[in-house]
Amino acid sequence: MGEKRTVYSICGMCSVRCPIMVEVEDGQVVWISGNPHDAGMGTGLCAKGIAGRAFLHDTERPLSPLIRDGERGSGKWKAVSWDEALDYVAQKLKEIIDQHGGRAVLLSDRGGPFGELRKAFLKAIGSPNYCNHDVTCAVSVNHASLSLFGFGRKTFTYDYKNAKHIVLYGRNMLESLRVKTARALVEAINRGTKLTYIDPRYTVTASKATRWWALRPGSDYALNLGLLHILIKEDLYDKDFVNRWVEGFEQLANFIEPYTPEWAEKETGIPANEMYAFCREIAQDAPHVIFHPGWMRARYRQAFWESRTTYLLNILLGAIEVPGGLVFAKGPKDAGRKGLNSLGVNLPKVEEKRADGAGWKFKHINAGPGLLHRAFEAIKTEDPYPVKAYIVHRHDPMTGLPDPEAQAEVFKNLDLIVVVDVNWSETSKYADVILPESSYLERSDIIATQKGLKPGFRFRQAAIEPMYDTKPGWWIYIELAKRLGKGDHFPYSSIEDLWQAQLDGTGVTIQDLEKKGFVTLADKPIWYDRADKLPFKTKSGKIEIVNQKWEEAGIPCLKPYESPDKPPQGKFRLLFGRCAWQTHAMWMNNPALNPYLQENTLWINKDVAEKMGLKTGDKAIVSNGNYTKEIKIFATEFIHPEAVFMLHGFGRTVPQQTRAYERGVADQRLEVGLLNVYDLAGGANALCECFVEVKPAK
Amino acid sequence: MAKYFIYHDLSRCIGCLACEVSCMDWKGLPFGKANCRIYQFGPEAKHGEPDLSFAYFSCFHCEKAFCVEACPTGALNKRTLDGIVEYRKDLCIGCRACIMACPWGVPQWNEEEGKIYKCDYCVERIEQGLEPACVTRCPTRALSFVSAQEVSNLKRTKWLEATFGRAAHLVGYRG
Repeated sequence: MGEKRTVYSICGMCSVRCPIMVEVEDGQVVWISGNPHDAGMGTGLCAKGIAGRAFLHDTERPLSPLIRDGERGSGKWKAVSWDEALDYVAQKLKEIIDQHGGRAVLLSDRGGPFGELRKAFLKAIGSPNYCNHDVTCAVSVNHASLSLFGFGRKTFTYDYKNAKHIVLYGRNMLESLRVKTARALVEAINRGTKLTYIDPRYTVTASKATRWWALRPGSDYALNLGLLHILIKEDLYDKDFVNRWVEGFEQLANFIEPYTPEWAEKETGIPANEMYAFCREIAQDAPHVIFHPGWMRARYRQAFWESRTTYLLNILLGAIEVPGGLVFAKGPKDAGRKGLNSLGVNLPKVEEKRADGAGWKFKHINAGPGLLHRAFEAIKTEDPYPVKAYIVHRHDPMTGLPDPEAQAEVFKNLDLIVVVDVNWSETSKYADVILPESSYLERSDIIATQKGLKPGFRFRQAAIEPMYDTKPGWWIYIELAKRLGKGDHFPYSSIEDLWQAQLDGTGVTIQDLEKKGFVTLADKPIWYDRADKLPFKTKSGKIEIVNQKWEEAGIPCLKPYESPDKPPQGKFRLLFGRCAWQTHAMWMNNPALNPYLQENTLWINKDVAEKMGLKTGDKAIVSNGNYTKEIKIFATEFIHPEAVFMLHGFGRTVPQQTRAYERGVADQRLEVGLLNVYDLAGGANALCECFVEVKPAK
Repeated sequence: MAKYFIYHDLSRCIGCLACEVSCMDWKGLPFGKANCRIYQFGPEAKHGEPDLSFAYFSCFHCEKAFCVEACPTGALNKRTLDGIVEYRKDLCIGCRACIMACPWGVPQWNEEEGKIYKCDYCVERIEQGLEPACVTRCPTRALSFVSAQEVSNLKRTKWLEATFGRAAHLVGYRG
């Protein structure tokens, strides 16, 4: 028996980042489970998280730095040392910065709590061009939140445990898993919490719901207008809360006048009498209700208004800062404690305008994470200026954003593409250099703030040494900075230095964090005074139904509804989604998960399929533009006849991933011409504004 | 006599495969070949309503275990201590008699090793005071490791609570 250790850390198998417990014996990871010190988590973990060990030992990931050794996209690589790779990247960056300025460097990642050093690196080299992945996720939700409350979507958490009624719009909580949320939801349902699930397709979440509304795809906004109409007309809303905290209620009341439930029934297919029954029922349960404003809502052009009206339903029912509702996430300051210190010393303020136009050309768009598809447009057009280098950090735009063919065209204008990843991504195929990051079990990351009713800090610590020639992300960026003459901004030579710099003066030590993987800064839940002290960040200090920032940009906050297009004859609206053991297309090639699903199927309405002479198990041809693929169908009553559905992330084109290579169909390759189609108000790509042709295979 | 049972709460199961992956990971089984298996019914119309549910399927650890009787080498053995039908891989000769003997098809074939594999409730974990790997890592607590005599009461209570929509207890029982 050798040395045994227990390490409390944070999972890295998807962007949720659940708290985990890792057991190590003789330098090997022998067990990963949920972190039992986190009561909401327990030892439970999803299949992806458990498959972390299989990933660790999988050699079908980049095992050393690689420099392209052939045409871009040829898949030919030369393994090099870290010095050689970093010198090469630094030299190329230097040439680009000398010629075009620091602003010519773009970096995108998946956001999240560990990105501070990457952003500091960009600042140090003088680039404003940081983007996260949010254009294909929550950016429109975030803007909906900003437009109403003056702060982004993450300021609210959701108290599922104490909710009496939860309403989800395609937020497939029991398959697009956050372990703690899934568990809280299942437990709430078991205790009698009602669940209304709205989705054109029947899912596992729908199977646990008290009510499933199979609305016409893209008509969520119409449904919400109908529901708001009932709440206002039938006096079912929380007048005290609205009077105290809402500006512009009269305008809303006038606006919803024509949007009767009977009108909404025609748009959504949901019977008006069911809407009335729902509203009367949920008003009884208010304010302990949650209308989830959406997470991945990058689906339709009207996403901003879908999400905005979802927030409005919460607001009218007073479901703000109450148990079982939307709850302000409290930070260290709310607990009377000092927050983490920022990283980077004497970082210059970057005055350059963003290439994607966020914050200046598009004044209503948050300049923090920007809009990646607009940055791509800037690469293509060199307007407002040339962008010549793209660092893609643990992000896969060629899977996440639509139309990889169009993206490959854009990338031709780049002089340098660097992919930093733990895995082969679809984008890595087009890289000039691949810098392999150590997996989440082999690396430590900077400390993160955990906001909530009880705020705290949490961190990811390496369980073992890297098995291959990989490095942690923080080290990569500091090394690059040094090579670009910006090392003075980053006086850290180890992760402990970084942790110490973050923790200095907080009263928390690294040893405190090591005990459980997190530290809680409050003994009791912190609630704001709901009658008087809700910290809305708008000009008026209240919730603003009409926000001038959007109005001045020519975007009406109360926008007349536009009916989504009907699919042309022989075509269907393409919907996509996730299953519980695959997320963000990352693990199709994982040896433990791959046997469970190697190819996706196409869900199609049973009556529609019958008319085409198709039944479950038959093969069909699905196509759009030049992308044509054969796929097995699943014919079911439980998908809207206008739609077809497939799981996201299949049809991989990187040959190094032998298990997933060319298996199944890539939904993003069917989204031809959609790279520039987006929600103008919220910024998200409109991935479901896509019609595909389906016909029987011969 | 059987002391243990893995109780599967249908209302909590989301078919996420964590139990199967947990089993393979802990037991070092070939990927895709877990001792326990999750089966899916649906989505389908049931009495005109959409329905989707999951069944957890693993060894029942029978009192009169056909597999044990069929095993010629003692690789399968019913423990007197706790009734677990344990499996000793080193004794297995790969005759597959157990696969034929078990009415429910519980023992499965590992073609890489030429031996069978079968659930033993993670007996090595139980001996350390832990629970089976599938139960430990079930994210929604759909699986629970309970005493065999508790099962009927759990099942009954669950049915009563679902039918009457509120908590139910045996009279005098508040455990």
